Amino acid sequence: MKNNYDLIVIGGGPAGIAAALSAWEKGLREILIIERDKELGGILNQCIHTGFGLEYFKEELTGPEYAWRFIKMLEDTAIEVLTDTMALKVTKDMQVHMSGKEAGFAILSAKSIIMATGCRERARGALGIAGTRPSGVITAGAAQRYVNMEGYMPGTNIVIIGSGDVGLIMARRMTLEGAKVHAVVEILPHPGGLLRNVSQCLNDFDIPLLLSHTVIDVQGRKRVESVVVSKVDENKKAIPGTEKVYKCDTVLLSAGLIPENELAKADGIEIDGKNKNIKTSAPGIFICGNALHVHDIVDNVTREAIETGDAAASFCAKSQNPCRNDVIYPKPR
Amino acid sequence: MTDIAIIGCGIVGAATAYELSRYNLDIVVIEKENDIAMGATKANSAIIHAGYDPSPGTLMAKLDVKGVLLAKELCSKLDVPHRHCGAFVLALSEEETTVVQYLYKQALENGVTGVEVLSREEVLRLEPNISDNVVAALHAPTAMIIDPWEYTLALAETAVRNGAHLKLNCAVTGIDIIDGGYRVLTTQGSLETRAIINAAGLYADDIHNMVAEPLFTITPAKGEYWLLDKSEGTRVNSVLFQCPTKVGKGVLVTPTVHGNLLVGPGNILADDRDDVSTTADELEFVKKTAVRSVPDIDFSTVIRSFSGNRAHTEIDDFIINEVKPGFIDLAGIKSPGLTAAPAIAKMAVEMLGENVLKLTEKKHFIDTRKRTRFNKLTPDEKSALIEEDPSYGHVICRCETVTEGEILEALNSPIPPHTIDGVKRRVGAGMGRCQSGFCGPRILELLAKHYNCDPTEVLQDRVGTYVLTSRTKEDEK
Ligand SMILES: Cc1cc2nc3c(=O)[nH]c(=O)nc-3n(C[C@H](O)[C@H](O)[C@H](O)COP(=O)(O)OP(=O)(O)OC[C@H]3O[C@@H](n4cnc5c(N)ncnc54)[C@H](O)[C@@H]3O)c2cc1C
Ligand SMILES: Cc1cc2nc3c(=O)[nH]c(=O)nc-3n(C[C@H](O)[C@H](O)[C@H](O)COP(=O)(O)OP(=O)(O)OC[C@H]3O[C@@H](n4cnc5c(N)ncnc54)[C@H](O)[C@@H]3O)c2cc1C
Repeated sequence: MKNNYDLIVIGGGPAGIAAALSAWEKGLREILIIERDKELGGILNQCIHTGFGLEYFKEELTGPEYAWRFIKMLEDTAIEVLTDTMALKVTKDMQVHMSGKEAGFAILSAKSIIMATGCRERARGALGIAGTRPSGVITAGAAQRYVNMEGYMPGTNIVIIGSGDVGLIMARRMTLEGAKVHAVVEILPHPGGLLRNVSQCLNDFDIPLLLSHTVIDVQGRKRVESVVVSKVDENKKAIPGTEKVYKCDTVLLSAGLIPENELAKADGIEIDGKNKNIKTSAPGIFICGNALHVHDIVDNVTREAIETGDAAASFCAKSQNPCRNDVIYPKPR
Repeated sequence: MTDIAIIGCGIVGAATAYELSRYNLDIVVIEKENDIAMGATKANSAIIHAGYDPSPGTLMAKLDVKGVLLAKELCSKLDVPHRHCGAFVLALSEEETTVVQYLYKQALENGVTGVEVLSREEVLRLEPNISDNVVAALHAPTAMIIDPWEYTLALAETAVRNGAHLKLNCAVTGIDIIDGGYRVLTTQGSLETRAIINAAGLYADDIHNMVAEPLFTITPAKGEYWLLDKSEGTRVNSVLFQCPTKVGKGVLVTPTVHGNLLVGPGNILADDRDDVSTTADELEFVKKTAVRSVPDIDFSTVIRSFSGNRAHTEIDDFIINEVKPGFIDLAGIKSPGLTAAPAIAKMAVEMLGENVLKLTEKKHFIDTRKRTRFNKLTPDEKSALIEEDPSYGHVICRCETVTEGEILEALNSPIPPHTIDGVKRRVGAGMGRCQSGFCGPRILELLAKHYNCDPTEVLQDRVGTYVLTSRTKEDEK
């Protein structure tokens, strides 16, 4: 590992990998990808369903297959990859603080930085659902990780709050695993996820989708025992008298994904996700993929990432600034 | 026969155990839950109140003011996160200035130092985000914010390191008076003891009634809160109270020691002591009331809501009595109980020393504590630590930057966590904006490995809060 890179990419999901590859193709040679997980691939590693790559590869792949194709492409390059390593801090003056079991603590400098840190799920607190706080209320993505990667079931009788894609996919997945999904409750008058997922994951399994409904109470002191579902009016306010109790031992939350961009924001770097602007307010620092704005389709992530890798490469080509050289980490061992 | 049994390990039980562990005594702390501080001590405003609030002459007034000084010392000695941020009581109308003046006089009478009444301009200069309606404010610079949970852990842990025994998952079900002391019946058998401290919080009346005629009844008074993301944590610099009313100190807005913003609590008398659920109506009330003092709070950044129950009694003071020889009630410890706890403990120890127990000081009393906080280290320190033990390089909780090393350190500490939330309370993993969506599964894995149990046995929090139900079909094979 060096102290200085032309480009440091933070996050080794589909966005990070594609961005690094595209910068390599444009001639950058000193590139590092930092990934906190054991493997590259990002969220795709837990998406074992098909539906990826229809546009980019003109084939229907699973998430891991899609990721694998890009990981293979890295082998033909000299792009460095650090897994099991977390970026802790990114600064406007082009430094990245990182820490890993193997890599130790380091502060690296770069001519350009791409943030490809993905997104996180909205948790219960952010949804402001009142009631008790028992176990068994988890985000759909965490459930997906337990089921698909660790091989454990997070519950048997399920209500899903929100109809985002992750929730829809998990409705099907949990059903196939023998659990009973009693309802998917969506506060808006239309589903949040892709229509093809509503049809393939809910309709094909007779799982009711309750549009214009919300959960107003969670019950059970130890494990969830039931939720109270209510119809809502145009202002998303619960309509008294429409309450219905659903018995369940698990509530999965699929009510929104939030770009994970605090790493950059912490140093006052501004990000314009609304306009999908891959440039940040700091010259040389770029952002793409779900970290910029949430994408439904991975092919679009790849396209945006390629553009971002290009932009980083041309920034480096134009920039006269050498890297900072006053960096003391990693310390020579 | 042990010398002393402390019933309940909230802040009051823990402070008493700590104070007693200075002496050559056999101490047992009995706690019904699977971790310490699962009652009122877990869910409160986390404020070390300056002491202008309680009526002069009450135990609350006396022990609050004394508690502030003790807290200051204990926090630095035992490595408890705290911040000397001070507090304001805002007068948001002309009428309320009389309340502020009244509190100022009361503060002086109670012996609170540094208090002053500030003008509108002075308040707005220090707290630019408060409402334009502010007319004046009481400023109490000795008020602090702390981490109540770690405060309790630090005290309990130090007591254990000095030889006290802690029994978790052990509920007291009855007490017999015997020759020279008491027999305490618990869900884990019985034990004999010379003296008893009743620090059972919301259940202190039940424990009292096991040895004496009823004297008081505890009614839970619920307070609900919103906890907001760190992006809102600098909205205010100090604790901002509104003028107190008959029903309590009112809704406050405060930073937390972890850098979040805390808004609450309401105050509702309830009948179920174990009910800490939140209600949409009360949370809405808290929101509406809070924006009277700080109008621009961005409630879209909420990461959690919760509630806690105060041990309200018909007596408007703490109840600190030697009911029977060697049996001491520390009951009705509502706010400012967190503040007063170390002073309450000293008072209890004094009472015991008078005729029941012989207090001789230990030669080697351990009175320091330190834990690793990776996030707070300098680059040099981080580098050296990982070099020495690579598990400190492995970040498990990304929102709060908590490492595997810190979790392992907690698992090997004198009062180790047994649950996912137990880990969270000790090291902060899962406390951040994603609320453990990412690190929850990893902490579960670490717990299963440490306790050599199946992942389906790992609990989220209290007994019965299982997380996983079974293996998937594929993995069963
Ligand atoms: C459940 C689910 C189902 C989906 N289904 C489909 C589908 O059927 N078809 C389709 O086309 N698309 C689908 N998508 C969308 C698509 O998969 C995502 O949009 C895409 O994976 C986003 O890529 P990304 O690289 O931006 O983020 P991610 O894949 O989340 O990658 C981000 C990476 O950054 C790493 N990282 C984050 N912070 C740090 C840090 N500080 N230091 C180091 N590393 C860090 C993370 O570990 C992660 O590996 C689905 C998404 C989900 C969640
Ligand atoms: C909403 C709210 C806000 C507050 N804000 C503040 C504040 O900002 N500042 C301040 O100074 N104070 C505050 N307080 C008051 C403070 O939190 C309490 O005074 C303090 O926590 C009481 O501690 P305790 O140890 O007496 O009770 P608890 O923390 O409730 O501990 C009692 C323990 O006894 C155990 N127990 C009960 N029965 C049995 C049994 N039969 N056998 C074994 N164990 C048993 C319980 O499990 C529990 O762990 C607030 C309180 C509330 C509810």
